[in-house]
Amino acid sequence: MAALINVPAKARRGDVIEIRALTSHIMETGFRHTVDGVLVPRDIITSFTCRYNGAEVFRAELFPAIAANPYLSFFTVAKESGKFEFEWIGDNGYSSTASASITVE
Amino acid sequence: MNAPVTRRNAILGITAAATSLAAPSILRAQSAGRIVVIGGGFGGAACARALKRADARLQVTLIEPNKLFTACPFSNEVIAGLREIEAQQFGYDKLAADDITVVAQAATAIDTQKRSVTTADGVMLAYDRLVLSPGIDFHFEPLPGYDEAASEKMPHAWQAGAQTLLLRRQLEAMPDGGTVAIAIPANPSRCPPAPYERASLIAHYLKTQKPRSKVLILDAKDAFTQQRLFEKAWKELYGDMIERIALSQGGRVTSVDASTRTIITEFGNYTPDVANVIPPQRAGRIAAIAGAADATGWCPIDPVTFESKLVKDIHVIGDACLGGGIPKSASAASAQGKACAAGIVNLLTGRVPEAPRITGVCYNTVAPGYGFSLAGNYQPKGDVFAEIEGGATSPVDAPRELRAREADEAGRWFQTITADCFG
Repeated sequence: MAALINVPAKARRGDVIEIRALTSHIMETGFRHTVDGVLVPRDIITSFTCRYNGAEVFRAELFPAIAANPYLSFFTVAKESGKFEFEWIGDNGYSSTASASITVE
Repeated sequence: MNAPVTRRNAILGITAAATSLAAPSILRAQSAGRIVVIGGGFGGAACARALKRADARLQVTLIEPNKLFTACPFSNEVIAGLREIEAQQFGYDKLAADDITVVAQAATAIDTQKRSVTTADGVMLAYDRLVLSPGIDFHFEPLPGYDEAASEKMPHAWQAGAQTLLLRRQLEAMPDGGTVAIAIPANPSRCPPAPYERASLIAHYLKTQKPRSKVLILDAKDAFTQQRLFEKAWKELYGDMIERIALSQGGRVTSVDASTRTIITEFGNYTPDVANVIPPQRAGRIAAIAGAADATGWCPIDPVTFESKLVKDIHVIGDACLGGGIPKSASAASAQGKACAAGIVNLLTGRVPEAPRITGVCYNTVAPGYGFSLAGNYQPKGDVFAEIEGGATSPVDAPRELRAREADEAGRWFQTITADCFG
């Protein structure tokens, strides 16, 4: 499954808008063992970034205590029409991106 | 009593007889206690009857505004056109014949100091112990756009009766090729597997009547009870007719717009042809009026006697109580009603209540002649009910004969429990 993004398609200049982003990821903690006693290696997303027309508006660091399929919701101010870009970076070279457009009137 | 003689009845009968012989004379006074039960569903009816069986001298009053009870188990078959609503309906005549006073009124107020219940017609009833079995009420605040009026367009059908028939009519009126959406809330909610049974039986109706149609499940949960059994049956019987969007795929419904029949999730909008929206729930309203519901909207109880942790002399059973690991079901409600009755009899006679063991069983029919089940045993552990050993779920890989046998068993279970409570 690709990432799920919810950015309002339209907003008025100055509106506070909610942005939601969910990506499917196992978020394996690195603390669990198999029945044979072998450690299951850590595999988590470590960082999430959201840029609005190139400028970073939100960033989060993620840790092993965060559940699978991390879902982030945050707010920003609608300033101008353009593009929101989202980036997830994680263990084992994990990288994923998504984007969404907004029209500001 | 016209109830079928089961081993349980026989044992309770013996206990009652032995008690009355051994009891000191003071307990043989005209009344051994006044018990008022509010709510005539599986919990309340079972409790009222068990009280009367345990001690015939108890004055037992059952307050229930509906003259006919409409049972939820098997009501998904009514929606799918496999059964008529009359088969779900039961009266209270047999309870009245058991010397239970049946009051066909709504309880509107409770005075916990004076220990009295007021009904809609203004009559006041005094109690020594009050049992609340009010079932569920809908909690509309977390689902903006949904209310009583919206439920006429987007039926919940989560309290059997008119809503069940409304959803059925909407399915019947839908053209072939349409989409039926089912919005499912997070737990705790009444009968956790029932939305998935409903999806299955609606798919059966569509497959036989409108084969180009689809069922879309919008789910506030990632995992659900008996999931592998359901998913296997769906694949086997309905191919890709049922699509489920789980919580982590954006399936949680956050609001609805009844005027356009739109369901809004965290990540998208859906405009199905039929929208079955099951809203979040809480304990029936009278529980909050009594002060027995906490911030969760449900009622914390002592797991041994079902006495409320918030209000003295009030017991809460069935869907309304916080039963720990016990899923909210008809079977659990009736078992809780009986256990609560035993606890009350012990409390009234000054004996130490015994820790009950509750057995809950749940059958799911996913197509005519295709059923499976889950049975669980529960006992008080510390402050709550915990599941103990002895539970069983139908195997995921099983021949169709077993599924057919379990579908038959489901029908017999319904006959038994309804006869036990109302027959």
